[in-house]
Amino acid sequence: MTHCAARLVAILLLAVCTLAGAGVAVPVAADPALESRVNTLGAELRCLVCQNQSLADSHAELAVDLKNQIREQLRAGRSEQQVIDYMTERYGDFVLYRPPLKASTVLLWAGPALLVLLGLIALWRSLGRRPGTPEPPALSAADEQRALELLGDPRRDAGA
Amino acid sequence: MSPRLLVPLCAFILLGALLGAGLRLKPREIPSPLIGKAAPAFSLPLLSESQRALASADLKGKVWLLNVWASWCTPCREEHPFLVALAREQIVPIYGLNYKDDPRAAQEWIQRLGNPYAESVLDRDGKVGIDYGVYGVPETFVIDRSGVIRFKHVGPLTREVWTRDLLPIVQQLRS
Amino acid sequence: MLPELGHFALIVALFLGVVLATLPLIGAARNDIAWMGLARPAAQGQFAFIAIGFASLMVSFANNDFSVVNVASNSNSELPMAYRIAATWGSHEGSMLLWVFMLSGWTLAVSLLSRRLPLQMVSRVLGVMGFVSVGFLLFILLTSNPFERMNPPALDGRDLNPLLQDPGMVIHPPMLYMGYVGFAVAFAFAVAALLSGRFDAAWARWSRPWTTAAWMFLTVGIALGSWWAYYELGWGGWWFWDPVENASFMPWLAGTALLHSLAVAEKRGAFKAWTILLAIAAFSLSLLGTFLVRSGVLTSVHAFATDPARGVFILSFLGIVIGGSLSLFAWRAASVGFSGRFDRVSRESLLLVNNVLLVAATGSVMLGTLYPLALDALGLGKISVGTPYFEAVFVPLMAPVVLLMGVGPLARWKSASWADMASRLRWPAMASVAAALVLPWWAGRFSAGVALGLFLAAWVFTSTAALLLARLRGNTLGERWKQLGRSSRSFFGMVVAHLGVGIFIVGVTMVRGFDVESDVKMSTGDHLDIGGYSIRFKGVSESTGPNYVAVQADIDVQRDGGDTFSMKPEKRLYKVQQMPMTEAAIDTGFLRDVYISLGEPLDDKTWTLRVYIKPFVDWIWGGALVMALGGLLAATDRRYRVSRVQSESAESGLAGAAQRIDAQGATP
Repeated sequence: MTHCAARLVAILLLAVCTLAGAGVAVPVAADPALESRVNTLGAELRCLVCQNQSLADSHAELAVDLKNQIREQLRAGRSEQQVIDYMTERYGDFVLYRPPLKASTVLLWAGPALLVLLGLIALWRSLGRRPGTPEPPALSAADEQRALELLGDPRRDAGA
Repeated sequence: MSPRLLVPLCAFILLGALLGAGLRLKPREIPSPLIGKAAPAFSLPLLSESQRALASADLKGKVWLLNVWASWCTPCREEHPFLVALAREQIVPIYGLNYKDDPRAAQEWIQRLGNPYAESVLDRDGKVGIDYGVYGVPETFVIDRSGVIRFKHVGPLTREVWTRDLLPIVQQLRS
Repeated sequence: MLPELGHFALIVALFLGVVLATLPLIGAARNDIAWMGLARPAAQGQFAFIAIGFASLMVSFANNDFSVVNVASNSNSELPMAYRIAATWGSHEGSMLLWVFMLSGWTLAVSLLSRRLPLQMVSRVLGVMGFVSVGFLLFILLTSNPFERMNPPALDGRDLNPLLQDPGMVIHPPMLYMGYVGFAVAFAFAVAALLSGRFDAAWARWSRPWTTAAWMFLTVGIALGSWWAYYELGWGGWWFWDPVENASFMPWLAGTALLHSLAVAEKRGAFKAWTILLAIAAFSLSLLGTFLVRSGVLTSVHAFATDPARGVFILSFLGIVIGGSLSLFAWRAASVGFSGRFDRVSRESLLLVNNVLLVAATGSVMLGTLYPLALDALGLGKISVGTPYFEAVFVPLMAPVVLLMGVGPLARWKSASWADMASRLRWPAMASVAAALVLPWWAGRFSAGVALGLFLAAWVFTSTAALLLARLRGNTLGERWKQLGRSSRSFFGMVVAHLGVGIFIVGVTMVRGFDVESDVKMSTGDHLDIGGYSIRFKGVSESTGPNYVAVQADIDVQRDGGDTFSMKPEKRLYKVQQMPMTEAAIDTGFLRDVYISLGEPLDDKTWTLRVYIKPFVDWIWGGALVMALGGLLAATDRRYRVSRVQSESAESGLAGAAQRIDAQGATP
């Protein structure tokens, strides 16, 4: 086939494909990388008109407005922390799903570690001072045999 | 009886007290962090004449109320008769922030139900609302002569709430 | 007529509950056989009447009886039958009735399956359960009556919330409540032990299968809820640390601790007081959950319509039940006494470390859930505690538990040797580190979280393999196989349940680390390449359902070099409540889910779509089901099915000898 004919076929094929509408899907967001930052930040912020959902998960109007705000500010070059400050200035700490570390939330953040520590200390001390019952006297060989018979094979039950 | 054995019971009693107290709280009401801070500045077109604008700076020197409302908001309709009555008492000027609304619908609403507002400004995209920490309409702010927010009420304003919460503050600010 | 019958049946059930809660308990204290003997018939009678009550509500729903307020508020004549029936428990009133029905079901089961227990113990256990049922029946009859009528009857109902019109609604609440309420049995056993002053190892043996069964149902119930949220909500999330979810998770964590503690109590007769306290705590957490969901104290998508007056009632009931049992504990637990010495390093102590960690985890979830309430009540401001907090706190807490899972079963009872365990665990540790580093590198995406997750999962699998190898002594394959066959079902239950945890961890890690998402606009004929798949959007069509209209997208999905299959996500509008709902299309596979959610139309040919490829996501719920299977195996171990005569003589005569032999013959 000559060059011209080949090119014509190629153009025709392209035209057919385009007419058939075989396009590639376009991301909704103009800038997917920015969008992903918006969503990450949105997951940290609370939708104030919802029953306990994050901005990222919510479609409520206020949530959409606030996400738009976040997007604009991130696009304008503000940092994540600045956006968070923007939100808390207007809505207070309630809007944050990750409670800030303050005097009033020290117990919240330290609590779990404290619980583990206290529990382990209590356990250690109580293990140390167990009186326990005195060991039962050793069985004679005959008694042991009889016990084994009565119990069936104890090794079946042991260990679980 | 070892005192240690009482620990679970005591812990439970504390928990029960906490839960009992919790029954009286309103978990969905968000306190405003703007109280005691300068009211966010705005300059927005008037509802009555979109060519002219009103800026928050223009209102310095007076004690005023900012009422956030919209024609699509059902609780706003509930509080509206009280606002109209309050405006007639001429205690304090009420300025309206028309939030995310269609100006035509808003005007028609005002014409039909009465206008308690000295002026209403249009916040079409809700940005000023966000600046004020608005999360649900209606909301009412008390702002003093130097432009500092002194009080915020979320939800419809009623005679009760006015007399109990806002009026004392307004009176104190004007004295 | 039928609703009135149901109402009356509940009143009779209340009366029987009062009988059950008083006479057998008094009879047990006075050793009065006649009064103790009332327990079983009262329990069985109560079940019959509550069943009548429950059935009459269900039939009212099935028959579209809109003169009943509950039916009118939650159903509709066009609602498909399965959902009409599920709507029985779709409201606060209905779900309370389900609660009480489950409770009486468990009470019935205890009354039927406890022939080998002494009458005194049975009458106390049933009596305590009767007491709980009285509280709930009073609550229903006084504040939450599902049989209220309206006159004139509504012309049609307001329909069930479209989010609930799903098969998940049919099984998730019943499973969940079976679990929640099932812990009442363990609770009743604990209180019965405190009342009787008898704390022998037999108590733990009786209590254990009931606790395991309840735990199993709760595991399944929570897993179903999570799976339902995943496919229903449209963006693939499966756990939100929502207060109501936490309210079901706390009893599960405490219940897991309880299961492990019961092992120590049964095997070695040790830490019985602690076990009793845990049993009280697990059920208390169930009750607390009931309170949190219905009182309005916490905001949640799952919360029922709230009413502080109901909250006051439940809180008072909580005060009586929990306060009462904890007071009883403070008074009587001192006489429980300890028995069975064991070393600082032993299986007992490792199981107790497990307990400390699980209880700390329970406490942390409670701390996070209730902290905002506490600050608000103290006037210290309002905060929110959400997923970022829980994840930051929970994972570090659970990682040691998983590590212990590998170590504990290898430890000997009474006295374990670090050296021995370390030598057996050396190769699992190395294999796990290798898995953690190599697999992410090979898959092309490395992160600390993924590495940790893979390490823990590999640890579970390899240490379990090490355990099985340690068990199998023998020189030939045949001998080893026989040895494995002699292990108890309870042992296999443990192995399977632990493997379930490993599977779960694999699911969570892989889906977090490797899922791909694309939020795109597609016109008819467009295609999208994502995660090794090619998606082609072929357009939308309209369809109708029984009570909704829908737009359905037709999408072809092709795996690189593989078959093409079709997926049809929908956007529905439910006619009565005018509520739009997304029905995501999910292609479920063993190794991944393809998840497509239809968004908004941009013009008549273009729609927004969200496409996700979620690797191993079904391992999350698969793992939970395997855990529950392990529970089932453990609960049906032969020693719980041993006949009465045999077990009584074994316990009374040979307890000491049994301990000695057990200790000697215990696993290496």
